[in-house]
Amino acid sequence: MMGASFVKDRLFPVMTILLAILAIWYVAAYSMNAPFQRDFDRRAGETRTGTEFFMATMSQPKPTMPAPHQVAENLWKNTLTVKPWSKRSLVYHSWVTLSATLLGFAMGTALGVVIAIGIVHVPALDRSFLPWIIASQTIPILAVAPMIIVLLSAIGVTGLLPKALISTYLSFFPVAVGMVKGLRSPDVLHLDLMRTYSASRAQTLWKLRLPASMPFFFASMKVAIAASLIGAIVGELPTGAVAGIGSKLLAGSYYSQTVDIFAALIAGSIVAILLVSLVDLVGRLVNARMGAKTP
Amino acid sequence: MSAIRINWQALLALIATLASLTALPYTASMSAGFSLAVAALLLAGAVLSMLRLASALEALVLLIASFGAAGMLITGLESATGTATAGYFASLAAAWLLGWRLVTVMSGDGSRSDRTAGIVAITVPALFGIWVLILWECIVRGAGVPFVLLPPPSAIGIRISESLPILAADFRQTVLKAVLFGYVVGCLAGFLVAILADRFRFFANGLLPVGNMVSALPMIGIAPVMVIWFGFDWQSKAAVVIVMTFFPMLVNTLAGLAATSEMERDLMRTYGATHWQVLLKLRMQAAMPFIFNALKINSTLALIGAIVAEFFGTPIVGMGFRISTEVGRMNLDMVWAEIALAAIVGSLFYGALALLERTVTFWHPSYRR
Repeated sequence: MMGASFVKDRLFPVMTILLAILAIWYVAAYSMNAPFQRDFDRRAGETRTGTEFFMATMSQPKPTMPAPHQVAENLWKNTLTVKPWSKRSLVYHSWVTLSATLLGFAMGTALGVVIAIGIVHVPALDRSFLPWIIASQTIPILAVAPMIIVLLSAIGVTGLLPKALISTYLSFFPVAVGMVKGLRSPDVLHLDLMRTYSASRAQTLWKLRLPASMPFFFASMKVAIAASLIGAIVGELPTGAVAGIGSKLLAGSYYSQTVDIFAALIAGSIVAILLVSLVDLVGRLVNARMGAKTP
Repeated sequence: MSAIRINWQALLALIATLASLTALPYTASMSAGFSLAVAALLLAGAVLSMLRLASALEALVLLIASFGAAGMLITGLESATGTATAGYFASLAAAWLLGWRLVTVMSGDGSRSDRTAGIVAITVPALFGIWVLILWECIVRGAGVPFVLLPPPSAIGIRISESLPILAADFRQTVLKAVLFGYVVGCLAGFLVAILADRFRFFANGLLPVGNMVSALPMIGIAPVMVIWFGFDWQSKAAVVIVMTFFPMLVNTLAGLAATSEMERDLMRTYGATHWQVLLKLRMQAAMPFIFNALKINSTLALIGAIVAEFFGTPIVGMGFRISTEVGRMNLDMVWAEIALAAIVGSLFYGALALLERTVTFWHPSYRR
């Protein structure tokens, strides 16, 4: 299991790739910041040695491409040196986004499961509704997310709910499609066996279809929670930069604070990784508890 | 065997129609006689559909009753916005229930016969879509929902036909320049990197987990950075699209190239095939369903990326620009026109990919009859 093969086949290659990304990032930071620095030095009449020049490109206040350590420093400053509930803290902004994400994800998952159960049991819904569910996702809903927020605030719905509704729209689709597949995954023999027991449709659903759909459920929830986070972040763009990772991005882009933008991006990425890993972990536990074979 | 077969949609429609008779006329501009004609049509449809008719005949009766009533209800709203009574909505509900019954009749018991499957597969979703539009139109205009909240579909249709040049310019800027360029470059880059990484097992092992992780990240957040780097024009949007489409393609291609079994690869080895021959003739074919999966995911991502990137700064043309400015000016019909455009483009894009997938991966079990 966690032996030499794990280190050789997973850890070592992944670490190499991550280090390579870091190295490329530094090279990119140098080459993208160098023209501005050269220009700046010429105007100030300064001449620098190669090393000094390199160091200068790494510590500009508003770099074109912030160096990794600048982003790390910004992250450190905005998470650990300020109180978590202050407006300057990234923890606070992440929490605002996270709460909208989780609410939207919960609503989206519930909606997706209900739709899937309906589609599996009512042929008319299967024929008429399923094609539209797929079509609904070709509408770039994120693009109209700001409008939805503005409209909802016009009729008095403000705060957490509008953002969560965007997340709901994005997250119900993977769950609905995955659950339709999952609820149909028991094979004909098992369904026939339930019929010989004279099980009702509810019993078949509860005792056969739902347990059989669990692997599909967790696989689609991983997609759904990532989509849900994206929905929450984009939903924050038009709220006038009040709170949340999306508003940090918007504020950063107004004032060309690239370091801030990158720090907010990293914070969002950390939230995403945590959420996806959490769903993955719960999925593994549930599958193990239900006696699924581990590959 | 009795000649009557009760079904709950028709029964409810019957009750709703009778209830609607308590609030005549339906709207300010509908005469009582016209309202009664609608109710009579609905009653006839509901009663006839409860007789034991051939399903084709029943479908015809339901089609005439539900859509005839819906058409009359829409004309009844002429210069009478917001005056609909409870009776109007009851009869609208009755028409909708008959429409649902129609869909149920056409869907049959869920078994798919070859003769009518093709027609049903297109007609039933189309009926559903038409009903969404009818309900939207009637409820918004009947209840007098303010135009700035939700314009009726007819107003959106008029707006689309009036502002075709603007929509065409936005389409050219956002889709033809940013989306298409970014999509092609992003997908190609992801594909080529995957092919290269696949040559060296070490890279593939490292890239797959990293790529999987990056695919889950909110990459859309890169948009403001790209606008700062590449300026306001379409290049920055294309860059966002490239970044967003690269990783799904990379991950799916890598997963697809690993999808062949040991037996198949052994067979190729016994033929004395080189690495590139195995790649081209066996593994690429097996990877095609995965690659098409990525192409489909990316078709949506590309449109989203380009439009959202336009919120962070654009020249004064483009779908994202139009949406954000027209929301500010409360021209909601224009916003909905852009949404309709985006939906049509997205659906056509997706549909074209699905057709292409069918012809390329015709051998895949999911297309077997």
